[in-house]
Amino acid sequence: MTAYLIRNVSPVGGEPTDLLIRDGVVAEVGAGLSADDATVIDATGLVALPGLVDLHTHLREPGREDAETVESGSRAAALGGYTAVCAMANTSPVADTAGVVEQVWRLGREAGLVDVQPIGAVTVGLAGERLAELGAMADSAARVRIFSDDGHCVADPRLMRRALEYVKAFDGVIAQHAEEPRLTEGAQMHEGEVSTRLGLTGWPAVAEEAIIARDVLLAEHVGSRLHVCHVSTAGSVEVLRHAKARGVRVTAEVTPHHLLLTDERAESYDPVFKVNPPLRTAADVDALRAALAEGVIDVIATDHAPHAVEDKECEWAYARPGMLGLETALSIALDVLGPRWDLIAERMSRVPARIAGLTGHGLDPAPGVPANLTLVDPAARRVIEPAELASRSRNTPYARMTLTGRIVATFLRGEPTVLDGKAVK
Amino acid sequence: MIRHLLSGADLDADTATLVLDTAAEMATVAGREVKKLPALRGRTVVNLFYEDSTRTRISFEAAAKRLSADVINFSAKGSSVTKGESLKDTALTLQAMGADAVVVRHPASGAPHRLADWVDGSVVNAGDGTHEHPTQALLDAYTMRSRLGRLAGLHVAIVGDVLHSRVARSNVLLLSTLGAKVTLVGPPTLIPVDISPALAPGIDVSYDLDTVLPNVDVVMMLRVQRERMSDSYFPSAREYARRYGLDGPRMRRLPEHAIVMHPGPMNRGMEITPEVADSPRSTIVEQVANGVSVRMAVLYLLLGGSNR
Repeated sequence: MTAYLIRNVSPVGGEPTDLLIRDGVVAEVGAGLSADDATVIDATGLVALPGLVDLHTHLREPGREDAETVESGSRAAALGGYTAVCAMANTSPVADTAGVVEQVWRLGREAGLVDVQPIGAVTVGLAGERLAELGAMADSAARVRIFSDDGHCVADPRLMRRALEYVKAFDGVIAQHAEEPRLTEGAQMHEGEVSTRLGLTGWPAVAEEAIIARDVLLAEHVGSRLHVCHVSTAGSVEVLRHAKARGVRVTAEVTPHHLLLTDERAESYDPVFKVNPPLRTAADVDALRAALAEGVIDVIATDHAPHAVEDKECEWAYARPGMLGLETALSIALDVLGPRWDLIAERMSRVPARIAGLTGHGLDPAPGVPANLTLVDPAARRVIEPAELASRSRNTPYARMTLTGRIVATFLRGEPTVLDGKAVK
Repeated sequence: MIRHLLSGADLDADTATLVLDTAAEMATVAGREVKKLPALRGRTVVNLFYEDSTRTRISFEAAAKRLSADVINFSAKGSSVTKGESLKDTALTLQAMGADAVVVRHPASGAPHRLADWVDGSVVNAGDGTHEHPTQALLDAYTMRSRLGRLAGLHVAIVGDVLHSRVARSNVLLLSTLGAKVTLVGPPTLIPVDISPALAPGIDVSYDLDTVLPNVDVVMMLRVQRERMSDSYFPSAREYARRYGLDGPRMRRLPEHAIVMHPGPMNRGMEITPEVADSPRSTIVEQVANGVSVRMAVLYLLLGGSNR
C-alpha cells in the first residue's frame, strides 16, 4: 500500500495539520510530519471531512444498467466525496433475497470505489403483502441492516408493525418511504397553488405526515428503530419533533433537493424536477433547513435516482420521478448550511454511518482510524455540466448552475478514489 | 403578438382584445359565399391530437382551411409512451416537415409546453390534460362579448368540476385579465386548493349555486365526467344534479339578461336539463360557431398574418 502525507489540511473543528495515511489507516496526525515513502498532497486551504456516507442511493443494477451500474454510481459517489453508499432495493429483480443483496455487495467490492452496502426490501417484490426474508439478508455476506421498500410505502399497518418488530433480532432498521398511497393516486407534484395552476394532480403533504405519525407510534409501541426517508414537509418535521421528544427511536433524512428547490420549478413542466416525494413550498424548505440544523432531521441523504434520457425527456406525467444527487450533495449542503463543517460531518457522515451500522465510516481522522476521508476545497466554484457527470444518467436539476465547493480527493481505506478532483479509476 | 398560445395567462388584455376583434372580422367570412381568405396560403398547420376530440379538431381544421393553410391531421391516439414514439421524436418529425404551427391536444398537462421547447413553429394548446384550453376561453369570451356587449364588469359563475376542467382554468385566467368577476361554484371536492392565488386574485368560491345565480350575468356549466361519479367526489349523480345541476326553476333565478354557456359535450339531465340547454338563453350552438372564428384569429395572428 502507498502511504500518503496530506499537508496542512483543516480537520473538522481544528487548526491546519498534517495527516499521514499508511496501510489503510490514519497513522499520525500532527504538524510537521514527514515520511520519505509517502506521496505528499498539499492540502492548504482544504478541509478534511470523514468520508461521506449516503443512506439513500439508487444504483439501478441489476436491471437498469442503462441508467446506472454499481460501478458508475460508485464513481459518481466517490467524486461526490462519499466513501460508503447504501443501495436501495428497488432494482430488477428486487433486492429481496440474500442472493440479490450479495450480488450488489459483490459488485460494489469489485468496483472498489466506495463501500456499497445493500438495503434489503421489506416485502417480497416491494408488493407490500408479505415480509421478505429479512433474516437471510441480514445473515448474508452483505450483512444487511437497513430494510426499505423505497419507492413504495409499507402501507399496511400490521405488516409495518411486524417488520419493525422482526428486525430487532439483528438490530435492523426499517426505512420507510412515507406516502399514504390512497391520498396520492395519480399525484404528479406537491398539492398546492402551483399544482392548481399547472393542472397537475397534487401529492398532499398530509399523505407523508399521516404515515410518519402512524409509524412513529408503531415504533414506539414495539420499541424498534424507524428511519424516515426523504422528509419533505414542515408538518412531517413537527411530527418528528414530537416523536423525538417522546423518546421514540426514530431518525430521519432530507435530500439536498428538498433543502434547495421548491415546487415552483415545475412551472417549466421539465420532468427533471419531478421527484417523489415532490418538491414542496418555500415554507417547507425553511422548516426542513431549520430541522436539519436543530437535529430533528438527522441526515442529508441524496436519493440519487438516475434515469435514462427517454424516461425524463417526455411529458411530465409520463416521466419517472427522481434526480441525480451524489456528485452535487456536498455543494448543496454548503449552500444550505454554510461552512459549518462539524454539522456537515455529522449530517453527512457520522450519523448516517451509525444508522447503517458502518463502523469503519463516519470517523474523524485520528491515529488507528480507517482512512476514509474526503478533502474539500470550500472556496472553489464550479458550473454543473450534465455531460461531465460520472453517472450514466443526466437528470440533474442543477444543470448549468454554479455551485460552491469541490471535492479534491476521496480516500477509501487509505487509497485514493479521487485525486485532483478526478476519479482515480 | 406572442409566439405560442399555451395558456390563458399568455394573453394580456390588449392581446386578448386584439384576438377577439380579429375574430369578429373573421366571423364575416362565414357569411360569404366563398368562405376562404388567402392569408395563410403556403403555410402548414398540423393538428396533433393525442386524444379524441372531434369537435375541437374540426374547428381548428376549418379555421386553418378558411385561411388557406395546408392542414395535416395527425391523430396519435393513446399516449406517446404506449405508442412507442416519444413526443420529442414526433416534434422533430413535425419540424422536419416544416410545420409552421402545431395545434396539440394531449392528455398530459404541460405537453404543449414541452413541445414548444422542441419545435420552431408556433404551438397552440388545444387542451392539455387538466390544465388549460385557451382557445375555448377565447371563444367563450367572444360569445359573452357578442351577447352582452362587454366583458369588463361582467359577473361569471363557472359551475361544476373545476378541479379537472381545463376550460375553467383558461376561463378564469382570461376573464380576470379582461376585467370580469368570476365565481367558481361546485362541491368542495371539485374546487382545487388555493385556486384564487393560483390563478388570479379575487376569485370567489361558493358551494351554493342558488345564492349565486341571482347575481350573475353568465353561468357557465361544466361537464361532469362519468368517472368522477364513482370516485367519491360526490355521493351520486342524482345528488349532484340536485345541488349543482341547472334546471328550469334555477334558470329562472337568473337576471333577465343572463346567458347560459356550456363547452360541450353536455350530460343532459346531469349538469344541465334539456329545458335549459335548448332555451334562448343558451349559447351552446353559438359557442361552436364562434370557435372557428376565434381559432382563425389565433392562427392568423400567431403566424404573422397581420404582417403579410
